[in-house]
Order: sequence, then structure tokens, then C-alpha cells
Amino acid sequence: MQNKRAIFGAKGLPYLLLAPQLIITAIFFLWPAGQAIWQSFLREDAFGIKTTFVALENYSRLFADPSYLNALKVTVVFALSTAALSMGVALVLALAVDRTLRSARIYSTLLIWPYAVAPAVAGVLWWFMFNPTIGILPYLLKGVGYGWNHALDRGDAMTLVVISAAWKQISYNFLFFVAGLQAIPASLREAAAIDGAGPVRRFWTITLPLLSPTTFFLLVVTIVYTMFDTFGVIDAITEGGPAQSTNILVYKVYQDGFVGLNLGSSAAQSVVLMGIVIVLTVIQFRFVERRVNY
Amino acid sequence: MIRTFSISALALVASMTAAQAQTEIQWWHAMGGELGQKLEEIVAAYNDSQSDYKVVPTYKGSYAETMTSAIAAFRAKEQPTIVQVFEVGTGTMMAAEGAVYPVYQMMKDTDQAFDPKAFLPAVVGYYTDTNGNMLSMPFNSSTPILYYNKDVFEKAGLDPNTAPETWEDVEAYSAKIMDSGAANCGFTTGWISWVQLENLSAWHNQPIGTKENGFGGLDAELTVNGPVQVKHWENLAKWQESGVFQYGGPGGGDDAAPKFYAQECAMYMNSSASRAGVMANAKDFDVGFGMLPYYGDVEGAPQNSIIGGATLWVLQGHESDEYKAAANFFSYLSSPEVQADWHQFSGYLPITSAAYDLGKEQGYYEANPGSDVAIKQITLNAPTANSKGLRFGNYVQIRGIIDEEFQALLAGDVDAQTALDQVDARGNDLLRQFEAANN
Repeated sequence: MQNKRAIFGAKGLPYLLLAPQLIITAIFFLWPAGQAIWQSFLREDAFGIKTTFVALENYSRLFADPSYLNALKVTVVFALSTAALSMGVALVLALAVDRTLRSARIYSTLLIWPYAVAPAVAGVLWWFMFNPTIGILPYLLKGVGYGWNHALDRGDAMTLVVISAAWKQISYNFLFFVAGLQAIPASLREAAAIDGAGPVRRFWTITLPLLSPTTFFLLVVTIVYTMFDTFGVIDAITEGGPAQSTNILVYKVYQDGFVGLNLGSSAAQSVVLMGIVIVLTVIQFRFVERRVNY
Repeated sequence: MIRTFSISALALVASMTAAQAQTEIQWWHAMGGELGQKLEEIVAAYNDSQSDYKVVPTYKGSYAETMTSAIAAFRAKEQPTIVQVFEVGTGTMMAAEGAVYPVYQMMKDTDQAFDPKAFLPAVVGYYTDTNGNMLSMPFNSSTPILYYNKDVFEKAGLDPNTAPETWEDVEAYSAKIMDSGAANCGFTTGWISWVQLENLSAWHNQPIGTKENGFGGLDAELTVNGPVQVKHWENLAKWQESGVFQYGGPGGGDDAAPKFYAQECAMYMNSSASRAGVMANAKDFDVGFGMLPYYGDVEGAPQNSIIGGATLWVLQGHESDEYKAAANFFSYLSSPEVQADWHQFSGYLPITSAAYDLGKEQGYYEANPGSDVAIKQITLNAPTANSKGLRFGNYVQIRGIIDEEFQALLAGDVDAQTALDQVDARGNDLLRQFEAANN
């Protein structure tokens, strides 16, 4: 750890070098975040003509609101399913690439592609394929006797948004898993093989434990991704429906604030979200920093 | 005298230097695609017609986005002079005293000739306050009508020139259509909230809220759980089960139109402004038009339908010259020629009687059968307290609740009575919050 520290002679220079980043953080993060916190204590009409200080009423109303509690639940289900699916698939793909030698580069390049697709575009792609009226997959599913309709069926809707959100994140997870796998010394696995451990056993007892820092890092990153970056996917596919079954927290902030113009409640919701991210980040640094040797 | 002289001298100097001292005003609107192009044509024609004022139209995205950006701009003191706001935003705009400049007031203050009686009562009623003053300028108003596939009707052994009149007809026709294999489904619809609840109620002269559907004050409550609405939603759920009705999705119902175009469903209810889209997409079949169906056993039905679409609101905080420009532009917009042109191009209602008469003179309605169904339906009877429209705050969110409860109904989670009770309960909670924020 010691060798990471740089030595500066003058005291002012480090602050000067940090200044641009600090100013940007202050303007684009601290200031708006402060405004959001202040706004969350107010009740205001849309135009900002009549403002009343209501202290914590926005928060108490929020946690008494069944639709907000529903959004919390939906977010947990969505985040965990997306993380499980995207990390599971990414790990399998990474293992497959790790075993192939010659074609690994081509596979990797192809697998990284979806990451370059904007969430809204990804959403529209999946929406199109699964559209109950004109989509190809509902048509095929009808052939095997399943009536797909994500406009009405909650399960179908959740499945679809999870698939589209995970699809995009697989690339990112895949990259990290491949890097993680390559960092595992081959001698360890060879030694185990010589001792008679089969591939499955080698995976569970050697590869997976040695991958755990990568896995944990990706878990946190993916969950943060599902909570914030999936706005485009939800907006393009379900708009939070049917009957709020895919209305995740960040989408509800948008719905209540930008569509419903209820700024106080929307601000309170974003403050809660900010709290969740802070907690996640703290966990990540506490836990990961201690366990990982870079 | 001296002032007039100096102004005309100034005007002369200005015109000589070819840089005219025009008053420029901003108009934020939500008309994309072909409608947006048409709108820009109208504005360009206005700008060419005189040299004192210049209107600059800016497309701001969807209705909700346009309204939100105008409000955000107002908070930042960068608001446009004119903004187009959809009908469900009316409650919010009206409550914002101090932010909006009522149109009747502006016309009076700028000495612009203005006769509210020239406008269609069904259109204007939606946008007047309790004292009968017009608060915003109607621009694009529509009402839902019924479109049907004449070819499918013929194949099913129905008369292709007779649209169903009642819901009983719709049910019977659908059965015939499905039994004969002419189409897989009877009907679909856009806008569950607007067509199958708000208009259904007005069409049957049923209230959807207390205090004259919210016109009478901010303390109004929703009452959409009346017997007619419950019966209709029960039927819709039943028909969805048997395939007579197919759901086209929340909000505007994006999946509904393709079902009709692909001849999956034989009938389709949506805005009269969908006409252009229907005509462009119905390539393989003939389209018939009809009024919305009603229940034959409900007394007072059919009453009249209510409008949707948007109006133009003027925002406070500008110079008096800019309001003169806005008033002048509004007079131009509501002139019969401009209105008739816009109405015939888009399928929106002509907002003045003069524009309607001009269309008749031009023989437009004879040449385009069905294009006057909407106006006949909206003027069928003099509007009652139940059928002049609705005015609730937070209504954008309440529309969302209507969609959610309808989805819960179709998914079989709740029955129609519970769904509509829920709409009332959840909606009233939003109305109370709105009341608190605006008092």
C-alpha cells in the first residue's frame, strides 16, 4: 500500500491539481444534490409560485405509500434477477473463452458489442422482438402454447425487462471475468489436475474462490447499473407497467417528478436513492478493498 | 401625436436599414412529424403576412415533455410566450394563477377583436373558468370516434355501410365477425382512460367527479365508479376474455392501431385526429366511420362526447409588445381559412363555427365521407355538467392510475367495481395533494 503514495514538496500544488475535479464535483454533484435535499422538505405547485415548508412530510408520505413500497420490492427483484442473469451468463461465456485459445479474440470482440448499444435502443430492440402484436417471439411462443403478453402479464413484463437489462450488462461482466480468469495462475489448476481433480471440482474449489473479488466487484457495479442505468430500458419497453409491476425506483422518480410534476416527492425519492448508492459504495470499498490485492 | 410620429419615423428608419424592429415571440409545441410540418407552414405564412411580429415555433417533444420544459423554463425565468398544453394539463395550468396570462384578458388588454361565441361550445367549455372566461386558446382539439373495416363487415355478412350504434350492436357484430372468420377480434381501442372512461361517461351523461367534474373547485372528488362505468369495464374484461376485445396497451394504446391496420380487429376507437394515419395505413380495405357506441338502456345516451388534444397557453413575464404579437397571432390562428385548412389536414376539430361552415362550402365533407362524424358527435346535444369536460389537478398521474387499474382488471386481479373504486381512492389522494399545494 505504501508505494501508492506520491510525494509532493509544496502543499498548494496537490490542491491545485485536484481543483478542476473538485469544482466539477461541486457544481455537478454537490450543488444539485443539496438542492434535491432542500426540495424534499418543501411542498410546491408545479410553477414554484406557492411553496410551503413541510419538513419530513414528503418522506412520511412516501413510506406510507403502497406504490412506493411496491417500487422498492420491484427494484430488489429486478436488480437481483438482472445481476444473477447477467453475471451467470457472463461467467459461463468467460469460462468458455478462457478454454479456447485461437478464436478467443473474435469471441471477445463479438461479446463486447452489446455494451456499445444505448439502453433505449436495446429497449426498443427487445420491445420489438417481444411485441405481442407484431413481434416474432410471441408468434413462436404461441406455437408452443404460451400466450406472451407483457402489456398485461406482470411476470412476462418483468422477464422481458430483466432480459434486456441483463443482455447489455453481460458484455461488461464478461470482460472483467475474462481478465479475472487470466489472472489466475495456470500452475494452480494444473497442480489440482495432477492431484486428480476434475474440471467441475477445479472450478468450484480453485477458480471460483480466486475469482471472488471480481465477482463481488461486479455484483456491486451491476446492482448500481440496474438501479440507475436501466431507465432507458424500462421507459422504452414497459413504462413501468403493467399495473406498476416494473416500476423501479429511478423510474418512479422520473414519473412523479417529470410527468406528475410532484417535485417534493420526487426529490425525497431521489434523496432515498442517493442514500442507497452511498451505502452500496461504502460496502464495496470496505469489503473489496480489504480482500483484494491489486 | 408626437409619439405616433416618432414611432412611424422609427419604423421608416428600420425598414430602410432592412433590419426591421420585429417583435419576436417563442411558441413551444408538441407537434411532431407531419403535424409539426403543417404547423410550421402555418407559422411561416403568418410571419410572411405581416412585418411587425415574428413567431418562432420550437418542437419540444411529447405533450408531457413540452409542458414540463415550459414549467422548468418558467422557474428559471426563461419561459416562452406561448406553450401548447394537452387537455389533461389544464387543471394544473388553471391553478397556476400568476404564471398564466388568461387569453380573454390578454385579448382585452391588447385591444384585439375576440368573440368567444365564435368558438364551438363543446371545445371552449373545456377551457373556460366558472365565470365563462376563456383561459387558453383552442388549437388542436379532437374527440374519439369509431373506425371500422368495411371489407370485414361485408365478409361477415354485415351491411358495410352501417356502423354499430350501441354496445349491444358491437357485441353482436363482433360475434358474427369472429364466427364467420372474417377477423379474429371484434374491436380494439386507443386511450382506455380518455375513450373508455372519460368519454364513455360524458356520452352517457354520467359524472366522473363531484363539483361538475372538477370545474367547480379544487376540492372536487373523483366518482368514476358509477353503475354505467362499472358495467362497461365488466364488459370489457369479459370481452377481452372471449376475444371480442383486444387490449392495445396503456396511455395512447400503441398496439391498438396495428391490430386494426393488420385486419386483426374489425373495429377501432380512437381520436378523430387518427384519421390521417388510418387512411394512410388501411391500404387493403375500405374504412367506415361511426360515432362512439352507447348502451341502449341508459337514459340520456347518447349525450355528447368530450374533447382531447391541446390548447395554447400564454405565460406571464413578458413585455406588452410580445403579448400584442401573441394576440395578433391568435386572431390569425382562429381565422376560418387557417382553421379549416388545419382541421382538414389533420382530422382535428374545426374550433370555430366559421371554419366548419367554410368546410361545408368547400364541399369537403361530401368529398370525404366520415370526416364530419367527430363534429356531429361533439355537438350532438348541448353539453351538460357531466359532458362539458373535466378539470382535475395531477390528472396526468390519474390517467396513469386508470391504466394501471384497468390492467389489473384485465389480468383478473380485481373486478370492475374494485378497479374503479381504486381509481377513485388513489386519484382522490392525488387531488388532495394538489389542493394542498395550490392553496
